[in-house]
Amino acid sequence: MLYGRAEHCAILPTMKLKEILECVDGKLIWGESHLEDEVKRGFASDLMSDVLTILEDDIILITGLSNNQSIRTAEMSDISNILLVRNKRPSQSMIDMAKELDISLSYTPYSLFKASGLLFAKGLKPVY
Amino acid sequence: MHEEFTIPSKDFSVAGEASSKIKRILKQLNIPPLRIKQIIVAVFEAEVNVIAHSYGGKVLCDIEEDRVQIDVIDTGPGIENLDLAMTEGWSTATNEVREMGYGAGMGLPNIKKSCDELKIYTKKGDHTHITMRFAL
Repeated sequence: MLYGRAEHCAILPTMKLKEILECVDGKLIWGESHLEDEVKRGFASDLMSDVLTILEDDIILITGLSNNQSIRTAEMSDISNILLVRNKRPSQSMIDMAKELDISLSYTPYSLFKASGLLFAKGLKPVY
Repeated sequence: MHEEFTIPSKDFSVAGEASSKIKRILKQLNIPPLRIKQIIVAVFEAEVNVIAHSYGGKVLCDIEEDRVQIDVIDTGPGIENLDLAMTEGWSTATNEVREMGYGAGMGLPNIKKSCDELKIYTKKGDHTHITMRFAL
């Protein structure tokens, strides 16, 4: 049997941030204006140098790194949406920085693996 | 246009501030977004390296009509083995640095990929001086 490439299995070409949050039972902490953002790809990592290799646009960063560095890295890589996993709540300074840089911040109770798996199954494309 | 930024040692609370300011300048100059991203990724990696590995240093940014040159100069202690440091995944970062999300051993390789011309002077016991050039 010939199996299609992952690209052919995609259900949705892009996902809105609000659809992503529904998919992972996520909650938005800041960035209501981003709920309609069309997210093209997801990237999951706690290693910020990995994130800095991404040159594509319209990415959501899924990470367990709940500190200012994830916001800074998103800024450098033009990433507008960050999803924190395992119920990690950002500090006030993270929220302030996200507001200043206009980056949405959300969190999900699920692990990095589960959140990424659910979104992948829903059709969100990977970067690599 | 010439700008200079002082980078402290070990203070991650300010990591990215210089890169962020340079990014704002490049945006104002209407440089294409993908080019800005490539430049800023390299500058940010170098800035984080100064904070994580050195005794502190400076980032110098020179913008001309057809190119951007960034010099990152620290005050030591120098890189013992530059070939290893240029290898993807090789890192001397401390646990503290890794907890910040850095130290993946991708800094210098990412810098090399992002810039058009890269020169590195370093010597153990001396300082490190990285010159990055980007065509516009």
